[in-house]
Amino acid sequence: MNAAVVTGIGVVAPNGMNTEEYWNATLTARSGIGRITRFAPDGYRATLAGEIRGFDPAAHLPGRLVPQTDHSTRLSLVAADEAVRDAGLDIGELPEYGVGVVTANSAGGFEFGHQELDNLWRKGPEYVSAYQSFAWFYAVNTGQISIRHGLRGPGGVLVSDEAGGLDALAQARRLLRRGLSAVVTGAVDGSLCPWGWIAQTATGQLSAAEDPRLAYRPFDEEAAGFVPGEGGAMLVLEDEAAARKRGAPGVRGRILGHAATFGPKPGTVPPDDATALRRAIELALADAGADARDIDAVFADAAGVPDLDRAEATALTAVFGGRELPVCVPKTLTGRLCAGAGPLDVATALLALRDGVLPPAVHTRPSPRYGLSVVVGRPRELRMRAVLVVARGLGGFNSAMVVGGSH
Amino acid sequence: MPDLTLDELARILRDCAGEGESAGRDGEFADLPFTDLGYDSVAILETAARLKQEYGVVLTDDEVMEIGTPGRLLELARRQIAGAS
Amino acid sequence: MAREVVITGVGVVAPGGIGSKPFWDLLVSGRTATRTITHFDASPYRSTIAAECDFDAAAEGLTSEEAGRLDRATQFAVVATREAVGDSGLDAAELDPYRTGVTIGSAVGCTTSLEREYAVASHGGRDWLVDPDLAVPHLYDYYVPSSMAAEVAWTVGAQGPCSVVSTGCTSGLDAVGHAVRLIEEGSADVMVAGGTDAPISPITVACFDAIRATTPRNDEPATASRPFDRSRNGFVLGEGCAVFVLEERERARARGAHVYAGVGGFASRCNAFHMTGLRPDGKEMAAAIETALVEAGVAADEVSYINAHGSGTKQNDRHETAAFKKALGAHAHRTPVSSIKSMIGHSLGAIGSVELAACALAIENGAIPPTANLHEPDPECDLDYVPLVAREAQLDVVLSVGSGFGGFQSAMVLTGPGRAER
Repeated sequence: MNAAVVTGIGVVAPNGMNTEEYWNATLTARSGIGRITRFAPDGYRATLAGEIRGFDPAAHLPGRLVPQTDHSTRLSLVAADEAVRDAGLDIGELPEYGVGVVTANSAGGFEFGHQELDNLWRKGPEYVSAYQSFAWFYAVNTGQISIRHGLRGPGGVLVSDEAGGLDALAQARRLLRRGLSAVVTGAVDGSLCPWGWIAQTATGQLSAAEDPRLAYRPFDEEAAGFVPGEGGAMLVLEDEAAARKRGAPGVRGRILGHAATFGPKPGTVPPDDATALRRAIELALADAGADARDIDAVFADAAGVPDLDRAEATALTAVFGGRELPVCVPKTLTGRLCAGAGPLDVATALLALRDGVLPPAVHTRPSPRYGLSVVVGRPRELRMRAVLVVARGLGGFNSAMVVGGSH
Repeated sequence: MPDLTLDELARILRDCAGEGESAGRDGEFADLPFTDLGYDSVAILETAARLKQEYGVVLTDDEVMEIGTPGRLLELARRQIAGAS
Repeated sequence: MAREVVITGVGVVAPGGIGSKPFWDLLVSGRTATRTITHFDASPYRSTIAAECDFDAAAEGLTSEEAGRLDRATQFAVVATREAVGDSGLDAAELDPYRTGVTIGSAVGCTTSLEREYAVASHGGRDWLVDPDLAVPHLYDYYVPSSMAAEVAWTVGAQGPCSVVSTGCTSGLDAVGHAVRLIEEGSADVMVAGGTDAPISPITVACFDAIRATTPRNDEPATASRPFDRSRNGFVLGEGCAVFVLEERERARARGAHVYAGVGGFASRCNAFHMTGLRPDGKEMAAAIETALVEAGVAADEVSYINAHGSGTKQNDRHETAAFKKALGAHAHRTPVSSIKSMIGHSLGAIGSVELAACALAIENGAIPPTANLHEPDPECDLDYVPLVAREAQLDVVLSVGSGFGGFQSAMVLTGPGRAER
């Protein structure tokens, strides 16, 4: 088939509520990480998050959608709105079942669900909202986006923790190969409520630092965990010929290749084993018909957990050899957005390709022993052809995607 | 048990299901079909649950299906409230 | 040459039958496994009925560590996976790990464990600011349900593409469809795929009460699930799981595998109408059916059996009947249709896979499971729903459909092994 091209991008992130605002903030190293305000974090081991603050749903969405949606669903709708607008997508001009929706999710509308558990357990069964039947489950964002835009093609939802966002984009590309005209795809994720929070702190992977400048330091000798965040990106993917035919306003970039692998059971291999991740990267390159030499930058998963950093560095140096391939971690400005991370990294990579500039990571001083050339502090100009994006999920999920520019 | 007014019912509907789309519509709010106001079956169920919690009003499945307007809902609810007191 | 996919192993955990043979025995007997909820005290709830699995973790081969750590739905998945792999005759040691993947469907993930732990961490619901010291170490596995796919992957040693598919009540169908595509495109040679859910927990019962979707026929639990019947008034919540071993057809043939069925076609659509409501015309379900039939190279009059979604709500059964008529035309009236939810309830993200298992077993055993409790068909539902009694039939082409909150509409066509050979 023709290439899968990205014709629209929509972003909601802790440091920017639309694509250009986010990109400008990222290039100027403006961080969205701070002490949690959604609830009082004092009693918890981790107190920092990339929070989206000051979001007024009534300003963006019809009033009747507000009571029936979780915060993350409202954000998904806003991002999808921007992507569809950016793509100049006119659903009425496309085949009746020609546009699908594929999202990824990690915990669903978890805050909404927490509220309803609170209602049930504190007050009683009759206090559980009828909206609980569809406001929290993992499929909610696909459902609501499909309804809002009248998209009646296939609907998909993938959950593979932080790898899921890239898996969703890959699934969208798969649907285009099978003849779909367009897919609205990506992930906007995040659950900043106490109940979701203790689930995350229970992993021991969240940074306990209270100072954002010391908290999330991937590939640093002092790395001691990451900071989670909420947000992500939605994209419109189309078959290239179909996009041209309908007069799409512009091609934002291309999805060139993807692969996913799963690691062996923890405890059966050393915790910094890189084999499965390396395989995912190699398979993604093969899928793109590309060589390691064709990649000009990497947007890393960057767990900020020493064993995981080591594994990622090992995989990257194994694949890319002795090259000083620039490694980007814009998520040091937003936190790790779980399912939203992969799509936001892809959006950021496409913007980097467009403008020929790599965004900086902040607050980390990567150790030379990892052998990585991380872009830190200030953006770096570089004309690029293709970029690798890596995303991993807890338990051993690995997803790797190769993206290219618009030419 | 306080009496239920149309304004109060409108507040409950708004609370449960968001702002109704009554702006620019002809007719009294009480007589506008719920569908015109943008309130679907789930909105009615949610409102019915709130009426039960706050006013002790119980609506059967058939009643929930058949209530077409805020006025009809108000009438049914007030009848139960009056009957209970 | 295009790669095709066949089912070579089946594992089931179902109400009334753990294991595919007890499951099939229940289905052809026409007995129901719906009863008053025993998993918790449901007396304060509007609907007190469920289709529960009598599942003893230790008896099913789980260690006490697994039984303590894994959500119930994940336990089901591990047990069903072991049965499916054993059934397939595949030697796990011969599998290429990177060419073996997993797709597990689930609508509500580890919701039962999450609720149980919430009650603890919130001190019985008292505290919004839950107590971190009361968080179990594996709480994150409940929080993000990809842990279900991870556990199955570890069970079989799969290292290829692994994920959870979570499209509400079509998850079980869609997970299998997703896995089929991965084999067809060459990303895997073997996929372990299926669906699981164990949602019989206060929060789930309460939310379906609130939307009045479940039947409140609490004085007659055994006959409360009445798909297509005039007196139907909601679905019965269920739990369960089915897992399949899917293989590329030539690979299965080369090793002399037993084949239940081929997957001839799969399609899904969204109705983009409402998160829970359905328009009566069944248009998008019909579109999914038509596309699946075309892919399978099957004409409407070749469908020998339709396994319906048949949840037993007023709106679904009417919607679905319209969809069958739209997609199959006059042949809809000549094709037997049945809903096994009449017997095993609606296990949300699992049921699509459990129904596919019923279809595979129907092809294997040459019989159509009945629709139980169907004594007085709704005049609007006027097809042959195989009331009450199973029917012998040689099944060459079977259609299975699903419909779910969020607007998902899915259809899959299974072809008998004889047909798959052509």
